[in-house]
Amino acid sequence: MKWLTTKNNKPVNLKDIPLLEFKSFRGQIIKHVKSGMRPVLFFAEKRAETHVLFIVLADDDNSGLYISSGDLGSKMQYQSISMEIPGFWNFENEIHEESGIIPEGHPWPRPVRFSSGNTIQTRMEQYPFFKMQGEEVHEVAVGPIHAGIIEPGHFRFMCQGENVHHLEIQLGYQHRGVEKLILKNNLKFPVHLAESIAGDSVIAHCTAYAQAMEALAGVEISRRAQAIRAIALEMERAGIHIGDLAAIANDVAYLLGNAVFGATRTLVINSLLTICGSRFGRGLIRAGGVAFDITDELKTEIKQTLTKVLADVERMGNEMFSSASVLSRLEETGIVNKEKAMEIGLVGLPARASGISLDVRSDHPFGIYRYYPVHKVTMDSGDVFARSYLRFVEIKKAIKFITEQLDNLPAAGSLITPVKKLQENKFVVSMTEGWRGETAHAVITGHAGSLTKYRIKDPSFHNWLGLAQAVRNNGISDFPLCNKSFNLSYCGHDL
Amino acid sequence: MINVLKVRKSQGYQAIPDIRAAKIRKPFRGLPVIGKESCKKCSGCLSVCPAMAISTDPLSIDMGKCIFCGDCETACPEKVITFTQFHKISTDDRNKLIIRKGTTADSFYSSAISVRKEINRLFGKSLKLRLVSAGGCNGCEWELNASGNVNFDMGRFGIDIVASPRHADGIIITGPVTKNMAAALDDAYHSTPDPKVVILAGSCAISAGIFQDSLEINRSFLDKYHIDLYIPGCPVHPLTVINGLLDFLRK
Repeated sequence: MKWLTTKNNKPVNLKDIPLLEFKSFRGQIIKHVKSGMRPVLFFAEKRAETHVLFIVLADDDNSGLYISSGDLGSKMQYQSISMEIPGFWNFENEIHEESGIIPEGHPWPRPVRFSSGNTIQTRMEQYPFFKMQGEEVHEVAVGPIHAGIIEPGHFRFMCQGENVHHLEIQLGYQHRGVEKLILKNNLKFPVHLAESIAGDSVIAHCTAYAQAMEALAGVEISRRAQAIRAIALEMERAGIHIGDLAAIANDVAYLLGNAVFGATRTLVINSLLTICGSRFGRGLIRAGGVAFDITDELKTEIKQTLTKVLADVERMGNEMFSSASVLSRLEETGIVNKEKAMEIGLVGLPARASGISLDVRSDHPFGIYRYYPVHKVTMDSGDVFARSYLRFVEIKKAIKFITEQLDNLPAAGSLITPVKKLQENKFVVSMTEGWRGETAHAVITGHAGSLTKYRIKDPSFHNWLGLAQAVRNNGISDFPLCNKSFNLSYCGHDL
Repeated sequence: MINVLKVRKSQGYQAIPDIRAAKIRKPFRGLPVIGKESCKKCSGCLSVCPAMAISTDPLSIDMGKCIFCGDCETACPEKVITFTQFHKISTDDRNKLIIRKGTTADSFYSSAISVRKEINRLFGKSLKLRLVSAGGCNGCEWELNASGNVNFDMGRFGIDIVASPRHADGIIITGPVTKNMAAALDDAYHSTPDPKVVILAGSCAISAGIFQDSLEINRSFLDKYHIDLYIPGCPVHPLTVINGLLDFLRK
């Protein structure tokens, strides 16, 4: 047996995961990815004198997850997989930086997050940027501190005149050591850390965390708790997407859009506050369920608010997306075609905007989405317009989903089932579809159910390269617009 | 064009008319208070606090560390700790963030920010700040952004977050200050012309919050310079930000 198959949130015994001789492991990965599977996670685990590499592949058409591992023995190098499948580039850089293992022939070795806990230490100022030489060639360096109210990261544009030839993105400034802290605290406080992996994706990350814990403890949460989680996840999606449309409108100097979407977003996130006391959903999701209920009174109020939100979004969106001056800025700007998107391994909304039909909610359904399937919507043009318009579509779908869930809220029951002891020597992958895309947490437990590995993957881990590809051959002045159309997470990547 | 006007008309006036009187509804968690009920010293609150914000003997809560998760309120069998909806919790003195028995919204607020004539004279009419996110999770960043939107409209008071430290009267910091941002934070501070203020927004910036144990942070910057204003929250609420700044400027 070369692979162990499982599903989202379904734990497996650690000892049942096949441990292959490395050459065959590598061959298996390449074969399966070339036949249509997709890498979800790839990481190294140190065992006494050896290293074991774990791979999780997704079979999106059949809701399957394929897990396997390869034994490196005492060797500290292997033939890079990125040579064959470019989507592995960041995983392999991460493995190299953390453990010192060298993926030989890696086409693009780069530091990922400059952690002081890494085996390979690189100074931030020694980042190996590409160099470009020639007439009219120049570099533009931006950051780490940006002009807007956003997180830090360094962008270096290699330009020919106004045209961006290549953009290199150096991250790591936000590295806080979240994974290590989770292991350090073990079962005590990870929920609060999970809420802070990316403060704009509280529900997405926290749900992934909670689901993993519940799966490992063998706890099935109540239907009502599942529905409340999904309501919050869709509110997060609607809220941020509306905020993003405001930002996109601002970047094309369409100020009415900026003002109206900005105000509409307030209504959505204030509704989240009425449920749990935080505009970002902090405090709501707990391992074993949710900490707050939605009363009938609150239900009516939220539905009223969302009816107004939907009307406002539709009115403003229809106007904005039919304005010639807006469309001329959005269309054919920052294109990532389907082929390129597949090669990079884009996930989430940017993938769907490039014609890739990927959505964890329907491919690997979790929680209430198992009973209320979400239909995937894709667009083909892969440009800023597609990423913006898809947001508009997803906002409307999210609000309809919330309304439907509120109308069908399962009868009041236990909201939270305590998660006590985790099963020992297990491996689980928990995925959610946040507004940015596939959010995956992998957890390994050891003796007495203690956490021995906590691996987090924010969708930004894949998608930053998508942004770098999108700006190629675009005017540098369109960078902010491309950037907003992706709106990626710095801290979700840096952890 | 007519549709644009229709959209505009449908929106009406969006700004909160009286930002000083605005309230935040339940179950928002603002100022925590310690009630008269006697604490049985079960240490239930201590064991659930993720930010080491609680001390016992006598019981106190440090709002600089607190992430307002409310877990201590749930854990306390005697209901000694309660989170109120009071959101005007900014102060200019780190020690005042420590809430003790008997602290009420009024007693906290009346002495939270002391008058500094030079602040009013220099920045009373206009305060431009540069944000430095140094490990912030994007929660406080979104809220600082929201402080300037059409609802909260901080700009009407002459307070803005500007694009460059060169344009700024001070810096506002979010996040626990990661090692990897320490140098850039220092650069931003030195690029801001004097006289300048330093403001900390959010539990992470004030105390490193839930990242106090992280090996990846470097807070030496904060020991070097005077901090003019602390704005607690996780993340900071726009009304806390704006009211804190207005009190600081004595507007």
